[in-house]
Amino acid sequence: MRLFETTRRAVMAAAMGAAIWGFAAPAGAQTTEKPFITVASTTSTEQSGLFKHLLPQFTEKTGIEVRVVAVGTGQALKIGERGDADVVFVHARSAEEDFVAKGFGVGRSDVMYNDFVLVGPKSDPAGVKGSRDAVKALQAIAGKKAPFVSRGDDSGTHKAELDLWKLAALDPKAGGNWYRETGSGMGPALNTAAGMDAYILADRGTWLSFKNRGDLAILVEGDDRLFNQYGIILVNPARHAHVKEKEARAFIDWVISPEGQAAIASYRIEGEQLFFPNASKKGA
Amino acid sequence: MQGFDEALAAAWRLIVTGDTALVEIAALSLKVSLTAVFCAALIGLPLGAALALARFPGRGAVIVVINALMGLPPVVAGLLVYLLLSRAGPLGPYGLLFTPTAMVIAQTLLVTPIIAALTRQVVADLWTEYSEQLTSLGAGRLRAVPTLLWDARFSLVTAILAGLGRAMAEVGAILVVGGNIDGVTRTMTTAIALETSKGDLPLALGLGIVLLVIVLVINAAAHLFGATARRAAG
Repeated sequence: MRLFETTRRAVMAAAMGAAIWGFAAPAGAQTTEKPFITVASTTSTEQSGLFKHLLPQFTEKTGIEVRVVAVGTGQALKIGERGDADVVFVHARSAEEDFVAKGFGVGRSDVMYNDFVLVGPKSDPAGVKGSRDAVKALQAIAGKKAPFVSRGDDSGTHKAELDLWKLAALDPKAGGNWYRETGSGMGPALNTAAGMDAYILADRGTWLSFKNRGDLAILVEGDDRLFNQYGIILVNPARHAHVKEKEARAFIDWVISPEGQAAIASYRIEGEQLFFPNASKKGA
Repeated sequence: MQGFDEALAAAWRLIVTGDTALVEIAALSLKVSLTAVFCAALIGLPLGAALALARFPGRGAVIVVINALMGLPPVVAGLLVYLLLSRAGPLGPYGLLFTPTAMVIAQTLLVTPIIAALTRQVVADLWTEYSEQLTSLGAGRLRAVPTLLWDARFSLVTAILAGLGRAMAEVGAILVVGGNIDGVTRTMTTAIALETSKGDLPLALGLGIVLLVIVLVINAAAHLFGATARRAAG
C-alpha cells in the first residue's frame, strides 16, 4: 500500500512539473513564430537606449524581430566568430577589419559615429578641464597620479583608451596604483569611477544616459582623436550555414538606408543627439 | 538614506502599477528557475539517495566532488554550457544558445549538486535510524530509496528550496548563456545587473526588492503547504 501511495504521489509531482513545462512551452512557441535575427552588439548602443528607439521601427516595417546580445566589442566579435549571431554591430574599426579579413564576416559598413569624452571629478586635480587635447590631458593625469579607471575588458572603448595612452607615450600600468583596470562594462566602470572620484574615458552615448554620476562631469571633449566610429558586419554565411542571411541583410540594408539613418539621427536624450549617421560608403 | 527611499518607492511603483514588462520578466525568472529546479530534483533526489545507500569503490570521492560542486561559480557553469551550445560547440546544431532553454540547462547544472548533496546527507541519517527495520522487511539497500525519500520528504523540501534560492538569485550563468535579450531572455537578476550598469541604482534595488518578495512568497507557500501536509500525515 505504502509503495502504491508513494508511486501515486510521484506521478502527481511529475504532472505538476509537466504543467510548469506546459506553461513554459507556449511562450517559447510564440517567440519562434516570428522570424528573428540575433545581433551581437555593444553595451553603448543598448544601454544608451538607441536600440529601443531603432528596432521597433525596423520590426514594424519588416516583421523581423531583432534580438540584441549587448557585450563589449571584443566579446561581440567572438560571438560572431563562433557563429552565435547573424550580425555584429560594434565600434573598433581595426578589429572589425581584421574580423572581415579573417573571413569571419563579410561586407563591413560604416553606420554612425559619436565621440568619447574624458570624464572626471569636478575638483579636477590634474587641471585638464576645458582642454581639447585628450593626449595632453592623459599626460597631466599620469603626472599627478590622479586616479584613473580603465575598462580593461577589450571593449571598443578600452581599445580607444589604450590607443590614446600610446599617443601619450605612456605606460599607465607602470606607475603605481592610480591606474585601475576594472574589467567591466561602461556602466559598471562609471559606477566605480563615481565611487572613487576618478577620471575615465567614456562614450558619449552611455554617459548621457548614465544616471549615477556622483561628482563626475565631462572635462575634455572635441578632440578629433576621440572620434568613435560604429560599423555593422554580416557574419559570414559561407562559414556558418545557419546564419539567417536574408533577414540579416534586410536589417543591415535598413540601418544604412536613408530611413534607418534618419531614425538614428532622431534619437535624442534631453534634446541632445547621441549618434550621427554616416553610412555613405561600404568599407572593407 | 535617500537611495533606499527611492528604491522602496520604485519597488512600490513597480508592484502597484503591475508594469507589464516587469510581469513578463518576473514570469520568465520563475519559469526558468522552477523548471531548472524540477529537472535538478529529478536527477538530484535519486542520485543523492543512491549515494547514501550504495557501496562502491570511489564512493567517497564522488561525494566529495558533488559537495564541492555546490560551490561551482555560476559564471563557470555558464561558460561550460555556452561552449556546449555555441554553434561552434558539440550541441551547436540545435541552436539553443540565447534561449530560455539554455538558461534552464545552466541552472540545472548549478542546482543538481545542491539537491544531491543535501539529499545524500538526509537519507544517510535516516538510513542509520531505520536500516535494521528496512532490512528485516527484506528491502534491499537500493530498493529502500523510494521509501526513504518519501519518509524524508519534509526535510527534502528544504533541500529543494535551497536549490531554488540558488537558481532565483544567480545572474552569472544566465547572463552568459541567455544574453539578457530584451523580451526573450531577460530575467529579474539580469535586469537588475542591467539597471546597475545604467547607473539607475534606485530602479535596480527596487527590482531587487520585488525579487525578494517573490522568493518570500514561494517560501511561505512551501512552509504552509508543508505544515498542512505534516498535520495530515499525523
